[in-house]
Amino acid sequence: MIFFETKALQKSFGGLTAINSLDFHLEEGEIVSIIGPNGAGKTTFFNLITGFYPPDHGEILFDGHDLVGLRPSKITSLGIARTFQTVRLFANMTVLENVMVAQHSRTKSGIVGAVLQLRSFREEEQRIRDRAKDILSFFGSRLAGYRHDQPAKSLSYANRRRLEIARAMATEASLLLLDEPSAGMNPRETKEITELIGKLRDERGFTILFIEHDMRVVRGVSDRVVAMDFGIKIAEGPYSEVAQDENVIEAYLGRKET
Amino acid sequence: MAVSRSPGTPALEQPIVITAFPSSAFDIRKSIRLGLIAGLILVLISAMGLVESFDDRMLIDPILSLGYVLLFLVPLLVGHIAGRLPPLLEGMPAPEHRPRDVLGGLVSGTVASILLALLVIATPVFDLRTLFINLSPTLVGLLTLNQGLASGLLLLVAIGATLGTIGSALHLLPDKWRSALVKSVTWVLGIALLQDLVLQLLRGLGLSFASRLIFTVTGGLSIPATVLIFGILLGAQLSIKTKGESLATRFARLPDSRKRRTLYAAGVLLLVVIVVLPQIVGPYISEVLDLVGLFLLMGFGLNIVVGLAGLLDLGYVAFFAVGAYTMAVLVSPSSPGFAPQLTFWLALPFVVGTAALAGILVGLPVLRMRGDYLAIVTLGFGEIARLLAQSDWLKPFLGGAQGILRIPNIPVGPIELHTPPQLFYPIAAFVALAAYTSWRLQDSRIGRAWMAMREDEDVAEAMGINIVTTKLLAFVIGAILAGFSGAIFAMKIGSVFPHSFNLIFSLTVLVIIIVGGLGSLRGVALGALVIVGLPELLREFNEFRFLFYGIILVVMMRLKPEGLLPRARRAREITEEERAQDVGMPVTATAADPGGT
Repeated sequence: MIFFETKALQKSFGGLTAINSLDFHLEEGEIVSIIGPNGAGKTTFFNLITGFYPPDHGEILFDGHDLVGLRPSKITSLGIARTFQTVRLFANMTVLENVMVAQHSRTKSGIVGAVLQLRSFREEEQRIRDRAKDILSFFGSRLAGYRHDQPAKSLSYANRRRLEIARAMATEASLLLLDEPSAGMNPRETKEITELIGKLRDERGFTILFIEHDMRVVRGVSDRVVAMDFGIKIAEGPYSEVAQDENVIEAYLGRKET
Repeated sequence: MAVSRSPGTPALEQPIVITAFPSSAFDIRKSIRLGLIAGLILVLISAMGLVESFDDRMLIDPILSLGYVLLFLVPLLVGHIAGRLPPLLEGMPAPEHRPRDVLGGLVSGTVASILLALLVIATPVFDLRTLFINLSPTLVGLLTLNQGLASGLLLLVAIGATLGTIGSALHLLPDKWRSALVKSVTWVLGIALLQDLVLQLLRGLGLSFASRLIFTVTGGLSIPATVLIFGILLGAQLSIKTKGESLATRFARLPDSRKRRTLYAAGVLLLVVIVVLPQIVGPYISEVLDLVGLFLLMGFGLNIVVGLAGLLDLGYVAFFAVGAYTMAVLVSPSSPGFAPQLTFWLALPFVVGTAALAGILVGLPVLRMRGDYLAIVTLGFGEIARLLAQSDWLKPFLGGAQGILRIPNIPVGPIELHTPPQLFYPIAAFVALAAYTSWRLQDSRIGRAWMAMREDEDVAEAMGINIVTTKLLAFVIGAILAGFSGAIFAMKIGSVFPHSFNLIFSLTVLVIIIVGGLGSLRGVALGALVIVGLPELLREFNEFRFLFYGIILVVMMRLKPEGLLPRARRAREITEEERAQDVGMPVTATAADPGGT
C-alpha cells in the first residue's frame, strides 16, 4: 500500500493557481524536502494536506484513507502532524502543557473522570505527563528540567521551533510536516536541526516531509528533493540531480539570456 | 550618561545625554497638574451630588460624614501621589524622600481645593444650578463648612492644603508606621461604613451590648469608640512582629502528612463557618450572601466559557433564564400551559437538560465566530431569550409579561427552605459543586484543550483537538451552571418575570470575573463579593451603583488589569505584554536563553 500520495491536486485562490495538478508520493520512512522560491505553493500544499484548506479537486491518500473533506483534527488523529512557518505555539501555556495538550486525540478521559478523579483519569494524566517528558528529553538539554514549567513564549526562537516539533511528535503521528524548520536559526542551530531531522526518522520512526530554504539542511538530510514553482512540480530526485536541474536554476535565478 | 537601548534599534549618532534630572520628588509642574486633576474630581463628585447625598451618612458621629470623607480623601491621595519619588532610572543615583518633598503635596492639595472653591464662587455668578441641579445651597453650605462664604472657602483651601501635605508627608514615615497608620484608618472607616454588617455580627455573636457602646443612636461610630478602636488597631499592628513569610510559603514547607492534616482542619473549619454563618449574620445579610452565591455560581460558569475557553459571551443571562423558566414551569401549580408540579429536586435534572440544550443551540451557530463577532452575536442571543419569554407566541407556556407565579419552596425531608438563611445552604452546596468542578477541569485533558483553543483555534485543531465538540462542551458546562443559578433564583424569588433577565445581568457577571481575575476561582469569589455584595451592604451607594462599576473597571484596567486575585498564568500574560510594549521590543527578548544562542 502506498504510504502517502496526492493525485492531480488543484487549488486556486481567485485567479491565482497555487497548486496545479500536483502528483506527489511518499514512501514510509522517507525524508523528503520541498524547495522552491517564495510563492511556489509549498505552504499551501501543507495546508491542503492537513485540511486547513479544501482542495478544488484531486485526491489526498494517506495510509488507505482519503483525507479530502476531513477536519484537521481528524487528519491529525489519522497520523499527520505539522509545524508552522511562523511559530505558533500556545504561548501562555507551559512547555510541558504544550506537549501534553497535543496528545488530545490519543487520550479520551472526559469531564466525569476529571471531576470524580477516577483511577482511569489519574493514570491517563500520568501517562500523558510521562510521555510529554519523554518527548522533551529527545531534545537533550534544550527543553529539559526547569524549562518544563516555563511559558512557551519565554523560550528563545530556536527552542520555540524545537518545541513545535515536540508538540507535533506528541500527536503520535507517523508523518511529520515541518514548515521551514531552520528559519531564523544561526549556522550552529541549523546544523543541529539537520541532525535532529535525521534522528526523528532513525530513532523515532517518523516519515518526514519538510519545506526548507537552507540548502545545507536540504543536502544534509533529504533522501529526495522536490522542487516546486508556480504550484507545479518542476524537478524531483536526489539533491545532486535537482540542484543541477535547469528548471530549478531558472526558477531561482531566472532564465539565462542566449 | 548613555541610556541603555533595546538591542534592535540602530545606534544613534550622538549618545543621549541627560543634563539635569530630578533629584527629589518635588516637581512643581507635576504637582500642579495632579492638583488640577484632583480638583476636577472634587468638582465632579460635588456637582453629581455625591457629597450631598453621602453627607446624610454619619461615619463618626457627629464630626465626620461619608460625604466629607469622600471630599477629604481626594486631596489626601493626590498629596500622596505628588510626594512619590520619580522612577528609578538605570545608572542614576536612587532618589530619596526628603522633607521638602512635602511641598509637592501642599501644592497639589491647595490647587485641588482652590478649584473646588472656584466652583462654589461660580455657582451663583453663572447660575450653574440650571445645568447641575445638585449644586444646591445645602451643598454650598457643606463645602464652606457652614462658616460663611469667605471664611468657609479659606478654611476649605486650608484643609485641602493640609491634607495634601499630610498625604505626601506619609512617605517620610518609616514603612512600618505608615502601613500601620493607613491600615488602622482604613479599618476604622470600614467598620463605620459597614455598620449594618458589624451590628448584625455582634448581635449574632450575642454581643449586642457592645454595639450600643460602639455606635451612636443616630448612626456612626461614637468618638470615644473611634479613638479606642483606632488605638487598639494601631497598637496591634505595631506590636505584631511579622515574620515576613506568607502563610502559603510556610504551608509549603510542612511535611506531607502535616499538610494533609492542615488541609483537613481547614476544610472542617470552613464547613463549620458555612453552617453557622447564616445563623450569625441574620436574615438581611443572609439575603445578600444568597445573592452573592447566585452570581458566584454564574461567575464560575462564565469563567469556564470566557476565562478558560476564551469565548466572550455577552448573552450569558439567557442560560440563567432557561434555568429559571424550566424550574418555574415544572414546579409551579400556576404554570399556564404545562404544570407537572414536580419538586425542586425532581425538576433539577430537567434544568440540566434544557440548559445544556440551550448551550448547544447558542453554541452551534457561533462555532465559526471569534472575538468581537462572537460577543455581538451572543449579546443578541441574550436579548432573544428575554423577548421569547415575553412573547405572545410562548405565552401559553411561559405566561408572557405576567411571568409564572406561586413557585413553591425547596423541600428537604420534612422541612421547606424559604427564608434567606435557609436558602443559603443549597446555594452554598451548588457553589461548592461548581467550584470543585471548575477546579478539577482546569488541569485536565478538557481544561488544557480549552486553553489551547483560547490561545490559537487553528493550531489547536491542527494538534488533534476537535474545536466543535470542545467549544460546545464549554458552552454546555457554562450553561448548566447558569441554569442551576437560575433554578435556585426562581425558587428563592417565588416567581419569574421576563424583565428580570436583562443585559445588565450578563454584564454584571462579566464584570465580576474580570475584576476578580479571569480564570481564577478565588478571584471570581472575591469579585462576586465586591461587585454584588458590597453595593447591597452600602445602600447609600445604590443610586450611584453603575457610576462606581465604571470607576472600578477603569481603575482596575489601569492599575491591575489581571484582576484582584489573578491566576498566576493570567498575571504573567498581561504583565509581560505590558512590559513588551513599554520596552518596545518583542516578548522574546525578555528572557535570555543561555543555551540556545
